[in-house]
Amino acid sequence: MNNRYSRQELFSPIGKGGQERIFNKHVLIIGAGALGSGCAEALVRAGIGKLTIVDRDYVEWSNLQRQQLYSEEDAKNRLPKVIAAKNRLLAINSSVAIEAIIADASVLELEDWAKKVNLMIDATDNFETRMILNDVSQKVGIPWIYGACVGSYGISYTIIPEKTPCLSCLVETVPLGGLTCDTAGIISPAVNMVVSYQMSEALKILVGDLDSLRNKLVSFDLWKNQYSAIQVDKLKKVDCPSCGKERSYPFLSFENQTKTAVLCGRDSVQIRPSSQTVRDLEALEQLLAKQGGTVQRNPYLLSYSAPPHRLVVFKDGRVLVHGTKDISEAKAVYHRYLG
Amino acid sequence: MNVLLNGESIQLPEHVVLVSDVLKHYEIHDKVVVVEVNGEILTSVEHQSTRLSDKDKIEIVHFVGGG
Ligand SMILES: [Zn+2]
Repeated sequence: MNNRYSRQELFSPIGKGGQERIFNKHVLIIGAGALGSGCAEALVRAGIGKLTIVDRDYVEWSNLQRQQLYSEEDAKNRLPKVIAAKNRLLAINSSVAIEAIIADASVLELEDWAKKVNLMIDATDNFETRMILNDVSQKVGIPWIYGACVGSYGISYTIIPEKTPCLSCLVETVPLGGLTCDTAGIISPAVNMVVSYQMSEALKILVGDLDSLRNKLVSFDLWKNQYSAIQVDKLKKVDCPSCGKERSYPFLSFENQTKTAVLCGRDSVQIRPSSQTVRDLEALEQLLAKQGGTVQRNPYLLSYSAPPHRLVVFKDGRVLVHGTKDISEAKAVYHRYLG
Repeated sequence: MNVLLNGESIQLPEHVVLVSDVLKHYEIHDKVVVVEVNGEILTSVEHQSTRLSDKDKIEIVHFVGGG
């Protein structure tokens, strides 16, 4: 046994006992972008027992400025983020069990995954998934830590079922349309700050020191030098549809799940087939090669360039249509090449 | 009036009197926000009815989706 955790054990709120507890825990991170990279690295270095990380995307050059697990090689190879993440994480700490899942976190899967873990970390880039995550957390009864950032601004809140308000309580009746994605860019210090807030809360939960939780909605702007922390307990609603007495988990119903999504800050639309499929990428490569355009394939995805569009087809049937933000245009391109 | 907004001393223009005016002034009225005035957290309905006074301590947190 080497002494890799000695400094963390010397920190008295964790100690040897806390370190042991961390090692016996399983955490789910949803999203392997900027926040997901940072959180995953922190947990793996801290000696988490098992980590499951889910993401639907692959590494691109524009990720490298802030997504700390990825390299130029990953961007060149268009490696799915969770695969690249797993490679790097195992190089950092080979004793952690890492489960990498290339998928869009949908209701059924999230519920399944949630039942096996002690804590969920929000590292998504959209509110649709967060609302599902929130309902799943309430239904399964495990905590989750909200985190988000844009520009130099960031925000975080820790949600403990049966104790704190949930995300539905906080965002009230505001239509989800008002929570569209942000395109204002992002600087890495804002990412790291949110990761720090999320991970210190995560460590407290994992070692069982719930009394030390922050218990406040925190936000900051590193460029404008602002900081705010609000006690939001009063916003917990007895009639909340997600955490109230007569809850219905509205975001777990299938009607609320979209099959298409415009990806945050990118000129891309994701199309998800209505039924689960496994695509034969090799056969598709041959088919598309005959139609002109350029096809590239790795074991996880196929990229087909037909200017002005580019299609990226995943094994699970999902397709990213790059070069448009228009859903109907994306659907037309999808059907033209993929039937 | 002069208020303490997220820890910073701010001089608000004269037409800003309600909490909802502050949100408009900072162009975050179409965002999802949580507002606290002098330690009291407000519901969104109260944003329209809460008048501010000089030296008020205001905390505003707005929700974002990026990650
Ligand atoms: Zn609630």
